[in-house]
Amino acid sequence: MTYAGRRARNNVAMALATGAAIIGLFFLFLILATLLYKGFTAISPRMFLESTPPPGEDGGLINAIFGSVAMTLIAVVVATPIGILAGTYLSEYSRGHWLGEVAKFINDILLSAPSIIIGLFVYTIIVVPTSHFSAWAGSVALGLIALPVINRTTQDMLALVPSSLREAAAALGTPRWKGMLSVVYRAAQSGILTGVLLAVARVTGETAPLLFTALNNQFFSTDLGAPIANLPVVIYQFATSPYEDWQRLAWGGALLITVTILILNIVARWISGARTNPQ
Amino acid sequence: MAVTTLGSEDETRRIALRKAKNAVIQDRVFFWLTLASAGLVVALLIGVIVSLLIGAWPALSTFGLNFITTERWSPAKEIFGALAPIYGTLITSLIAMLIGIPVSFGIAIFLTELCPPFLRRPIGVAIELLAGIPSIIYGLWGFFFLAPFLQSTIQPFLIATLGQVPLIGVLFGGAPYGIGLLTAGIILAIMVLPFITSIARDVFQTVPTLLRESAYGMGMTTWEVVWSIIIPYTRVGLVGGVMLGLGRALGETMAVTFVIGNSHRISTSLLAPATTISATIANEFAEATGGLYTSSLIALGLILFVITFAVLAFAKWLLARTALK
Repeated sequence: MTYAGRRARNNVAMALATGAAIIGLFFLFLILATLLYKGFTAISPRMFLESTPPPGEDGGLINAIFGSVAMTLIAVVVATPIGILAGTYLSEYSRGHWLGEVAKFINDILLSAPSIIIGLFVYTIIVVPTSHFSAWAGSVALGLIALPVINRTTQDMLALVPSSLREAAAALGTPRWKGMLSVVYRAAQSGILTGVLLAVARVTGETAPLLFTALNNQFFSTDLGAPIANLPVVIYQFATSPYEDWQRLAWGGALLITVTILILNIVARWISGARTNPQ
Repeated sequence: MAVTTLGSEDETRRIALRKAKNAVIQDRVFFWLTLASAGLVVALLIGVIVSLLIGAWPALSTFGLNFITTERWSPAKEIFGALAPIYGTLITSLIAMLIGIPVSFGIAIFLTELCPPFLRRPIGVAIELLAGIPSIIYGLWGFFFLAPFLQSTIQPFLIATLGQVPLIGVLFGGAPYGIGLLTAGIILAIMVLPFITSIARDVFQTVPTLLRESAYGMGMTTWEVVWSIIIPYTRVGLVGGVMLGLGRALGETMAVTFVIGNSHRISTSLLAPATTISATIANEFAEATGGLYTSSLIALGLILFVITFAVLAFAKWLLARTALK
């Protein structure tokens, strides 16, 4: 092929790549821009003061915000110690043991597995035996989604701690568990905190596992044994309703969730100084 | 070390010894705690599989192989066939991959080879942040903007042009509903863009600078370097990244549920309403009144889990073989 031909071909290919970048980024930013526009016009003080309204009336989202925050907190508080301990075993103790290799592999699968499956699982083990939907069931579902994220980040972060720190602690006669707690965890604390924040971010937008665990509730409820309102499910139900007031609230809720997630991600990046989104 | 031989020793040594013994016990307790937590992850997977199998059993034993080969889904008559959701899941993911892969690779090539250095980091960060946006946001946008837009402009155009072409015409027949397989596929494509792009970019960066510069030094054009050096070198990792994106697309629920139309009929047209496994479960599970209906939905979940598990396991295996950490 002549040089001119090769150069022409190169130009076409590079134009296509640039075009792909422009189109792809355009759509992603278009979605964000739409969300910002529709969301900001929907946000008002009433959103944070009143509960979800009946059709055709104005109202707020406070019951859904409370439900989401409560379930996310319970989920992350329970999943964090378990995730950190599991990550500790896989990074520090397993050393090629088959259980460690299998658990690492399974954890990575669970990290990307469809979250609706987790919903089905929690439905069968909690909702069916207790015979009603509840905030507890929703929290467990979210916790099971947070667990692999925290586990994986802990593994990655502990692997970055230099062995000389562990050896120094051991040389001083520190028991291994104490060396882990006061030397290794301390060295990795910002990374582990990043993992926890990413888990919160991941859980905040999860809708599918809540559809038939926490269900929804039109009223403000603090009873964790009963169905509870939560932002993702309210957004889904209100958006697909024919009422304009409801649709507007759905956009407001969507903006709230997205801003929360973006802030969590940015803070997590800032703390760790490293890349986010463990795959 | 027997304690008796130390009987006459002073207090401090006894304390030291006791501390050492305690440390051994504490170490063991800590070890078992970590082991139990790691074991929980394995138990979780086994629990998911067992509970899905038990839940799906009534449906699978009633319908047998017919469950995955028939299309009829009639809750009123308690006849359930999962062919339509399985078809919908596969076709929407296929559309997502056909659009998503070239665009993602294009963005990754742009980022690693063409982009001015001062833009490289901001765009890279933006793409990673976009990967964190929940799927319900994509669904919401698709429902309110993409679907009406496609219905009023793109779909009538497709019906008038491609719809008239023999053979492929059947894919673009019928009325412009707005919602349906094509819309769901496009939303999924936009959603997997950030995932595939960031993996593709990462594996492109594993190509040794020496290799890249040697190729440029021989007078190859940028495209020739990408096509004959970078892509062959990163082949395995790229397929791994694509498989990871496919795993997401297959199991994606909310983005699809908004725009798929929830119709249990298999239509030859890509513009017709359809359903996917995850959308069926999301739409119908809370209303399913026990028995065979619930069991059939759980059986759908089992099928989805088996498919995504296989795809994700393949992706992990491929990515583990690349130099990516």
